[in-house]
Amino acid sequence: MLHNSFHFALTVGRTATPEAVQFWILAPLAVIAALGILVVKKAVHSALLMAWVMVTLAIFYIAEDALFLGIVQIVVYTGAVMMLFLFILMLVGIDSSESFVENLKGQRIPSIVAAIGLGGLLVSLLGRATVSAPAAGLVAANAEGNVQGIAKLLFTQYVWAFEVVSALLITAALGAMVLAHSQKVRSPFAQRDLSIARFRKSSLGDAAGLPASGVFARRNAVDVPALLPDGSPAPTSVSQTLRSRGDIITSAPFALEAIEEQED
Amino acid sequence: MDISNYLYLSIILFTIGALGVLIRRNAIVIFMCIELMLNASNLALVTFSRIHGNLDGQVASFFTMVVAACEVVVGLAIIVTIYRSRRSASVDDASLLKN
Amino acid sequence: MRTSSHLVYLIALPLFSSAILLLLGRMADKWGHIFATLISASAFGVGVFEFMAMHSHTGANRAATQKLFEWISVGNLKVDASLLLDQLSICFVLLITGVGTLIHIYSIAYMDHDKDRRRFFAYLNFFIAAMLLLVLGNSYLNLYVGWEGVGLASYLLIGFWNHNQTYAVAAKKAFIANRIGDVGLSLAIMICFTQFGAVSFDGVKAGASHASPAALTAIGAMLLLAAAGKSAQFPLQSWLGDAMAGPTPVSALIHAATMVTAGVYLITRSNFIFDASSTARILVVTVGVITLLFGAIVGTAKDDIKKALAASTMSQIGYMILATGLGPVGYAFAIMHLLTHGFFKAGMFLGAGSVMHGMDDEINMRKYGGLAKLMPITAVTFGLGYLAILGVPPFAGFYSKDKIIETAFNQGGGKGIILGGAALLGAGITAFYMTRVVVLTFAGAKRWKDGSHPHESSVLMWGPMVVLAIGSIASGFLLSAGGALVNWLQPVVNASHAEGGKELMKPLVVSVLALGIVALGAGYAIIKYRTVPEVAPEKVSIFTKIARKDLYQDIFNDAVLVKPGTALTAGLVATDHHVIDGAVRLVGWVIGEVSDVLRKLQNGYVRSYALMMFVGVFIGALILWVVTA
Repeated sequence: MLHNSFHFALTVGRTATPEAVQFWILAPLAVIAALGILVVKKAVHSALLMAWVMVTLAIFYIAEDALFLGIVQIVVYTGAVMMLFLFILMLVGIDSSESFVENLKGQRIPSIVAAIGLGGLLVSLLGRATVSAPAAGLVAANAEGNVQGIAKLLFTQYVWAFEVVSALLITAALGAMVLAHSQKVRSPFAQRDLSIARFRKSSLGDAAGLPASGVFARRNAVDVPALLPDGSPAPTSVSQTLRSRGDIITSAPFALEAIEEQED
Repeated sequence: MDISNYLYLSIILFTIGALGVLIRRNAIVIFMCIELMLNASNLALVTFSRIHGNLDGQVASFFTMVVAACEVVVGLAIIVTIYRSRRSASVDDASLLKN
Repeated sequence: MRTSSHLVYLIALPLFSSAILLLLGRMADKWGHIFATLISASAFGVGVFEFMAMHSHTGANRAATQKLFEWISVGNLKVDASLLLDQLSICFVLLITGVGTLIHIYSIAYMDHDKDRRRFFAYLNFFIAAMLLLVLGNSYLNLYVGWEGVGLASYLLIGFWNHNQTYAVAAKKAFIANRIGDVGLSLAIMICFTQFGAVSFDGVKAGASHASPAALTAIGAMLLLAAAGKSAQFPLQSWLGDAMAGPTPVSALIHAATMVTAGVYLITRSNFIFDASSTARILVVTVGVITLLFGAIVGTAKDDIKKALAASTMSQIGYMILATGLGPVGYAFAIMHLLTHGFFKAGMFLGAGSVMHGMDDEINMRKYGGLAKLMPITAVTFGLGYLAILGVPPFAGFYSKDKIIETAFNQGGGKGIILGGAALLGAGITAFYMTRVVVLTFAGAKRWKDGSHPHESSVLMWGPMVVLAIGSIASGFLLSAGGALVNWLQPVVNASHAEGGKELMKPLVVSVLALGIVALGAGYAIIKYRTVPEVAPEKVSIFTKIARKDLYQDIFNDAVLVKPGTALTAGLVATDHHVIDGAVRLVGWVIGEVSDVLRKLQNGYVRSYALMMFVGVFIGALILWVVTA
């Protein structure tokens, strides 16, 4: 930590001790979190671990004199993109977990072997490349400030790429809209149609409509099934979503006998 | 500490991301692993930027983020569409090209 | 040379009739035979008209031409579809349409019971048209069309009863033997074109006067091969005996009177080639002599009346070929013998057909005997033909055959003696086997079973036989009176410089000699066949055995040509099947097997594809790692 507060890196080629400490604490955690993405069952847990890795990386960016990228990483990635992921997870079922039984023959073991092999190769190659290569450091480049430096490059040397990327972004937004837009091939059911459908069913059991939750029960919360005239609970009175999620209160305590016993 | 440690970390994260793409079946998780790979490469770019003493690497990293954002938008839209028609986010279920 | 616009009708009429009968199908069943016969007769009428027209002109104007259309015009090759009617052609035209009409009339009765009679007449008319095109074409290429046409007609008519396997095979045999000859003709045409740049008779004639001897010999040899195929001459003679599978009128018209003599026509027409090449002439006489003896010997051993007559035909055409090889003077005698033979042999074939008709299609002469009383007209007409072929004066054969023998002797030196002696010997053998045929069929005791009822045929059948018998009596005298035919053909065959000077023997001596030998042969046959066993005896001399086997001609062909050919074909088929197809199948099999393995990679799972990509990246990094080490 020296004169310029934006420059965390001290010496050329080597890092200062605080940065080293920070690295040795955060890097193992990031690797563990990344490995966690692979092994946790629920997608939402993966997303949280992912967010952690991203935040860690943002810290590293800032430590590496890339203040702008570090902020962008947090705002855009951890903020917007991960939120998008979570949103989609909600959409397709937040609790959708997958089994870890590999059903593709010859997929998992070769994948692991190849991944370790590639990692080893890259590490080995990197070792060859950086031996005795001194790092220049960004002190000079960030003299006017990191954001100003990047802005200068973006709007001079990389302006063409910048414009192309902006076009890409707009195209992607439009594409997402087109993809997400579903065409209605038939008119939605109106009340009249639903009523007719009910009466056309094989049984007229729910011709008058399904019972509302909590009817005749002791409580009338949405997760409490209604009681039928004979005292047995009616699961159809609870919303389908809650039922499939398992968020339904056991109806045994609300059976008629149980209530009478309680009143006694 | 040597600066190249960042690069080793980048390699490890990249490899883990690739492995995740290969062994997970949930399309969303696969997507997150792709993001992990992109982030790992970003880390490498930032580190290279520092080693070379100029900001080109950071600009490249910036572009990578933009492209990644685009990809996420379109990719997630595709996932939603697939999910809508097949009620599944598993990539193994989208195997109509089989046989 | 004048032009005529009527020549085309000679061909067009029968061709039209044939097409009508074939296209109308069963609709024409009721009147088809009458129609075809009338058309044939009208073609004869046109022929007679043309003959009169020719007769009324003199000199070069006797020949007439008609250009139909420009047929081929490619570079130097210009061929018109043109017809040429000259003194030689008109002989054939009259023979073909005249005898053809008689045989049409005969067939009306002969084929009465056949449900395909209309088709038969359509083929007959087609044959007439093709044969007329053959003799009327003014170039070798036009001739070739007719040549192939008669081959086709012959094939169709030999195999007319093709539901019988043997007959169908016989038709194929004739067709294939003819094809070999046709190759000769096409090669001759090609050599003509390369040597002279022309294929018309005039063009080749003009070119032949200053062509190399080798080319002329080659053309001559190829033309001889063609003639041998069509006229059943050695070594392509084997098909004629089997060709008797066709209905008897076909045998009479095509395989006795007209088509088989096309070879004689071809050689006579190409006289300018053969006059210029003595080597080709020697080949011709060799083939002629071999065949005349060959046919005669085979004829002695045949019990099948039609095959005996077929062998005789082969032998008589041998005489004609021999005559054509004897130089300019021989052509006229060849044509004379051709015409007289056309009468008497067609007459005898029709007689044989009449006998078969009366004997329930029995063809084995050993089961005839004593038919003269029951079929008097047939016996008499057949007998007249018999006397004609023997060369008994004043019948037709005497004038034509003795002239050939005489001319052969007059070749001079050893060649003359050999040729003349062979011809004389042939006459003796001819007398023997023809007497045998007559004795076995008409004389002696009856050998047929009681079930059959031999009877004289109807007037439609014996009428033509009578006409032909009259021809057998008179044609020889008429054609030779005052050298009529020789003078008539002189412009075509150019016989002016005939070497008449050096006579080896006086004509009278030759005639006496010939008659003596004929009497010897006939007498031996009469004595030998006083009694005839119904089944051919097994204990016979080795010569009879060989003759019965057609001098091993089929066995020879089989061993020398068919077997190696079949083996070669089988080898090629096997090569094609195993090597060429095998290579193709191997390629397919390898691709299939490899695909079977690779197909498993295409499992449709995107993660598998990702793994493959990843392994690819791994391999790339590995290479980088190794290279930078």
